[in-house]
This record gives sequence, structure tokens and C-alpha cells, in this order.
Amino acid sequence: MAARTGSNNAAFVANWAARMAWLVFAGYFLYAASHLELTPARFLSGLDHAGKFLARLFPPDFHRWELLAKGMLESLQIAVLASTLGVLIAAPLALFAARNLMPAWATWPARAAMVLCRSFHPVIVAILFVKAVGFGALAGILALTVASVGFLGKLMTEAIEEISLKQVEAVRATGAPFISLVTYAVVPQVFSRFVGFVSYETDANLRNSTMVGIVGAGGIGGTLFAAFQRFDYDFVCAIVLTIIALIVMGEVLTMRIKKAFRV
Amino acid sequence: MTSARLWQRFTPAERMARFTVYFAVVAAIAASLQTVQVIPEFISDAPEQMADMLRRMWPVAWGFYPEGVHEPLLDSLHIATLGTVFAVLMAVPVAFLAAKNVTPFAWVNYTAKVILVSARSVNTLIWALFFVAVFGPGALAGTLAIAFHSIGFTGKLLGEALEESNRGSIEALQAAGAPWLAVALKGYWPQVRPAFWGIVLFRWDINVRESAVLGFVGAGGVGMALDTALNLFQWERAAMILIAIFAVVLAAEVATTQLRKRIL
Amino acid sequence: MQPAATALQIRGLTKEYVPGKPVLSGIDLEFAPRGITAVIGPSGTGKSTLIRCINRLVEPTSGEVMFEGRDLVKLKRGELRAARRRIGMVFQEYNLVERLSVMENLLCGRLGYVSPFKAWLRRYPQRDIERAFDLLETVGLAAYAHARADSLSGGQRQRVGIARAMMQEPRLLLADEPTSSLDPKTSVEIMALMQTLSGMHAFPVIINIHNVELARRFADRVVGMTGGRVVFDGSPDAITEEHLKTIYGGEDWLE
Repeated sequence: MAARTGSNNAAFVANWAARMAWLVFAGYFLYAASHLELTPARFLSGLDHAGKFLARLFPPDFHRWELLAKGMLESLQIAVLASTLGVLIAAPLALFAARNLMPAWATWPARAAMVLCRSFHPVIVAILFVKAVGFGALAGILALTVASVGFLGKLMTEAIEEISLKQVEAVRATGAPFISLVTYAVVPQVFSRFVGFVSYETDANLRNSTMVGIVGAGGIGGTLFAAFQRFDYDFVCAIVLTIIALIVMGEVLTMRIKKAFRV
Repeated sequence: MTSARLWQRFTPAERMARFTVYFAVVAAIAASLQTVQVIPEFISDAPEQMADMLRRMWPVAWGFYPEGVHEPLLDSLHIATLGTVFAVLMAVPVAFLAAKNVTPFAWVNYTAKVILVSARSVNTLIWALFFVAVFGPGALAGTLAIAFHSIGFTGKLLGEALEESNRGSIEALQAAGAPWLAVALKGYWPQVRPAFWGIVLFRWDINVRESAVLGFVGAGGVGMALDTALNLFQWERAAMILIAIFAVVLAAEVATTQLRKRIL
Repeated sequence: MQPAATALQIRGLTKEYVPGKPVLSGIDLEFAPRGITAVIGPSGTGKSTLIRCINRLVEPTSGEVMFEGRDLVKLKRGELRAARRRIGMVFQEYNLVERLSVMENLLCGRLGYVSPFKAWLRRYPQRDIERAFDLLETVGLAAYAHARADSLSGGQRQRVGIARAMMQEPRLLLADEPTSSLDPKTSVEIMALMQTLSGMHAFPVIINIHNVELARRFADRVVGMTGGRVVFDGSPDAITEEHLKTIYGGEDWLE
């Protein structure tokens, strides 16, 4: 917020509104905390347990590394395929949703579809797909594709709606067919931003793919959940460390690819 | 006759680079397609199965809301909000430590960044598994799960906002001999404040979504009701819960958009 | 087929953005197959609308635009695109695709002639490539073929814009205030370039311009508009101060 210079009156009023808001919020905080039974006492008694738990986590146990690798590989596959399908669906959908290029009968359904895709947590979507198409990677791929379409679609549409229409007008005046219009006047303006979006979404899919297995949609999540239920906490630690390593590598890789394409 | 003049869009070096990237991407996709264990019949069956599921969800069990949905739904909201608050409280100091211009010690920056990366690499659901194992099932586990996962994003974005802040006012304060806390409050805080609230709102919005699923691992909220309904094949009730979640998520998005306009 | 004594015929062209307030009121104009026609008039008088109604970047409310034996106003999408291929347009703000190279911008002129797939792959017939290089030399930008469009100066960008229009092998060239974003010296260069090209080719050039001096100097015919109507149509030498007063209103600016 820009600094308010000038009369004391303005600053005074804002302060009270903000203070009231803080007061209300503090009240809410205390109410909600007690409602959920988040008492400090409970937390403290849990800390002791936490200490024991941490001890059981370390050292991490990698001797079942084949199971670990299999799970991680499946997660990777889910992430790659979901990102690919997501881009393939989201890009044309985003074009249809762009209000500066398309008429209302195209933009409304497209936007509605994207909002629907975004509304549910990937895990919920994964559960629904598991119920529909059975356990395994297919449910995971479909679920993350839906999530990607929702997320990518929104960002891509916003990017398309920000382009300069002058360039579009000029290409239109040459009598170019619609696809060529998109390739020459729209794509150059949004391509580098799209690369950024897709790389972010791929990272997100990688993170999500480690989780959908918890509800049976394939990947390392299933292995992790099973380990938890068996109280095999050393293995849990190994899995989590591997997940962190994979995601960090993924982020580094996408940064490199982004740099390569900005050239 | 002069020889034909050629035009190529990319230099040979660029073409090599682009080809390598395309090749790698296609190879990754092909490899995944080859090896992923998906039974073809399942794919062809999928649309019909999904249609069947949707049919079973109709008519929606509206009456189920007051007894089975309302309380857990509010619980999820509380979990999301309190979790976000805790996350922010923990993230602010870490963000300050991670920002190069605030804390000039490289190894401190590095450690802080590692903490942030680890926090966000572990999904909320996985954090929830941890906390359920430690504190037992219930909302405490859920709130902590949300909090610990959110530190990663909040801290990262906040750190980036800090690193982008203007040196000028900071230097002025330091030159005047202000203690570190004063520099933080009067130098950095005013600059990152809009970004800060934007980040908090953004994270809260996402956490509202996340809190709905924590119940699947026993960490409280409406997820448990959904889990039960699905396991007992009570599709109409499941539909009611899904609609309720959708409504809350939509309301949260509207609320954050409105708040954003007011504050920013 | 009768020989084209008139390459372009506009009859009764009317445009109302707001019903009841016409920006163009029944314009009747004919254009010979050669020569530059400058359209002058104050801002908001519909000059730009007139130009854009010809290739239907703005949809006319009523009237006819006869070009190559067809009424452009009545054409459907596919036929309109085919007609637009034959009409080149130069814009006030150049409207180049900034992130593409000069060469790619030129090749945009051929998009109406090349399949979308080949266009995407940048596979153009060698003939088009040769023509592009030739045009670059004609407009004096031979060294800039691979430069990105946004690295060029205003005058250079307008030359690319003109070359792009020429790539279409047009039967009609429209220019909407091509010099308004350029400094005086560059404006003269651009007008001279258009004059050279007009002399080399047999198509009419219609330039929308607000600089009367440039119009007088480079055009073969001047059309003066005011209030959405044509109030002068003749040789540049025939423009008197009386005419300019009618068109632009008021004497002060003539001092």
C-alpha cells in the first residue's frame, strides 16, 4: 500500500479499522483453537511422543530400495504423462477461453470447464478416478491431468488476454487462416510465459504424484502409506528423503530448461 | 543465375539445443507410456465407469448436510485458517534468514532455503501422516500438517519478495544507526507488506482446498466424512459432501479476490 | 471480363458505431488502377474507419465495396480471407510481431497463401524467400533479415511493414496514418518509398494521412473528408485554403 501522506485524519481512520479487524481475528483464533482442541497442553504432551517418533525415523532404512525405486519411477511416469496431457488439453482450451479472441459461446464453456477442473483437490479427484477406473497409475494420471488443465488453463488464458491485439490485427489483414493467425500473432507473444507455466506445473505434478498413491492412484504414495501402517518408520524416512531429493532435482532441471528456452 | 538464397529460422547451434530438448521430452513421454502399468481395458472402460459413478450420485442427499457435513466442514475451515496462521508465524523468521540481502551469511541462507524446500517437497498429506502418528488422529495433526507444508511456499515467496526490496530505505535506516529490528519493521516490512498479504491470501485459499482431504488419513475435517461415505458406497452422501466442499472453495476464492482488491 | 478501369469502387458506404450517429455517411469513391490517393481530414472524421471498412477490419453498416469484381462487404469468412490476401495494409504503429525476426514478419505476408502446417514449420516456397530478400533490398534493410523486429527503429519497422504488405503481391495497398509515429525526416523517406513502389506496380495506394504537406507532395489525388463525408476530391494542386478551411475548420492552424 502506498504511504499515506497528508492529513492525520486519514491515517487515524485506517488504524481503527485495522485494529478492529485484528481484534475480531484474535477472537476467532481463540475460539477456533479451543473448538478444535488445539490446547498447548495437548501439544506439549505430544512433544514427548514426537521425540520418540523422531528417534524411530532415523537412521533411514534403504534396504528395500527396489520397492522404493519402483514406486518413485511410477510417480515420475504419472507426473510426465499428466503434464503432457495437461498441456495438450489446456493450450487449446485456454485459446477458446480468451475473451479478446473468441466469442462468448466459446469462452463461457471453456472457462467453466477450467474452473471445474481447479475446484477439487487432486486427491479428491484421484479418489473419484480410483472408484471409477480402478486402482493404479491410470487414476493418478487422469487426476493430475485434470488438476493441470485447471491450473495451466487459467494462467494461459490470462497470458493470452494480455497480448497486444495490434499484432493480431496486422496478421488478420493479410488474409491468414485462423491457425496461422495463432501461430504467428499469438504464440510468439505468450511462448516464453507458457514455458514458465508448464515448468512450474511439472514441478507441482511431481509433488502431487508422490501423494496420490496414498488413496490408491499409483506411485510412491502407496508404498509410503503401507510403510506407515506397518510402523516401518525407518523406511518411511528413506522414502521421504528420496522424495525431497527428487523434487529438488526436478526444480533444478526445470530452471535449466527455462533458461535454455529464453534464448 | 545467382544460387538460391536460403533462410533458416534458427542457427545450427540453436537447432541442436532445441532438438536435444525436444528429443529428451519425447523420450521421457515415450518411456513413461511404455512402462507405466495401465491395463488398456481400463482406459476404454473408463468413460462408462465414470458415467456410472455419476449416475449413482444422483439424487444428491441434501438432507445429510446438517447432521454429517456442516460440523466437519467448519472444522476444515478452522484447520485451514489456523494452519495458515502458524505457517506464517514460522515462515517469517525463516524467510528473513533466507533472504541474501537481509542475512548476509551464505550458509545461513542455504540452510534456511533447504528447510523451505524440504517443507514444501513433503505433501500436506504426508505431513499429516507424520502428525497423526505423533499426536494421534484429529484436528491437531491436520493443523500442524497444513502449517508445516505451507512454511515452504510462504517462506520461499516471502524470501523472494525480501530479496527484491529496495536497498535505499534500508541503507538510510542503517546509516542512522537503527537496531536490526527497527530496520526490519520500518525498512523491509513496508515494502513487502502488499506482497506479504497477497502471499497469505493465496496460501489460505490453497489451504482451504488442502484441508478438505486431510481427513483421508485421519487428520480431521470433512475428509473423514467423505472417506466414510465412499467406503460405504453411499454415493449420494458423497455427492453432497463434494458439493459442499466446492461451495466453500468457491466462496474462499471470491473472498480472497475481494480482500485482495481492498488491501492491495 | 471488362478491363478494370476502376480497381476499387466504394458506393454508399456508411458506418455507425452508435446507431443514429454515423461516422461515415454514404461515401462514394472510385479508384483507378494506379496512383496514390491521400485521404485527409481532422481526427475522428472517419478516415481510419473508411480505410478499415475496405478490408473489413471494421464492419460497415451498409454500402458496397467493389474489388476484383466482388462486393467485399458481402463476402463470407473464407472468401473474405482470400480477398484480404490481395489487399496489403500498413499501420500507424507498424503492428509487427515484435518477437519474430524481420524475415518472419515479411513471410507473414504469405500466410494467406501457405497452408497453416507449412507456415508453422516455416516452410515457404523458395520463390517467396527470394521475393522476401528482394523486397528487403528494395526497402534498404537487407542486413536486418535475421534481426528481431523489436530491435529496429520506428522508420525501419515501418519499412518492414511496407515490405510485408508488398509480400502479398497485393492489388490494393492501404495505409492507415503510416507516418504519424515517425519523425519528419523519416516520414518523408517512408512516403518516398511508397511513391517508388506505387510507380513500379499497378495497384492503387490509399493513404490515410493528417499531414497535408506530405499529402500534397507525394499523392496523385487528394480526398478531403469532414464530418464523415467527402468534401474534396481532386489533384493536390487544386487544394486551396478555402478547401482546407472546409475540411479542418478554423483558420488559426493555417498560420
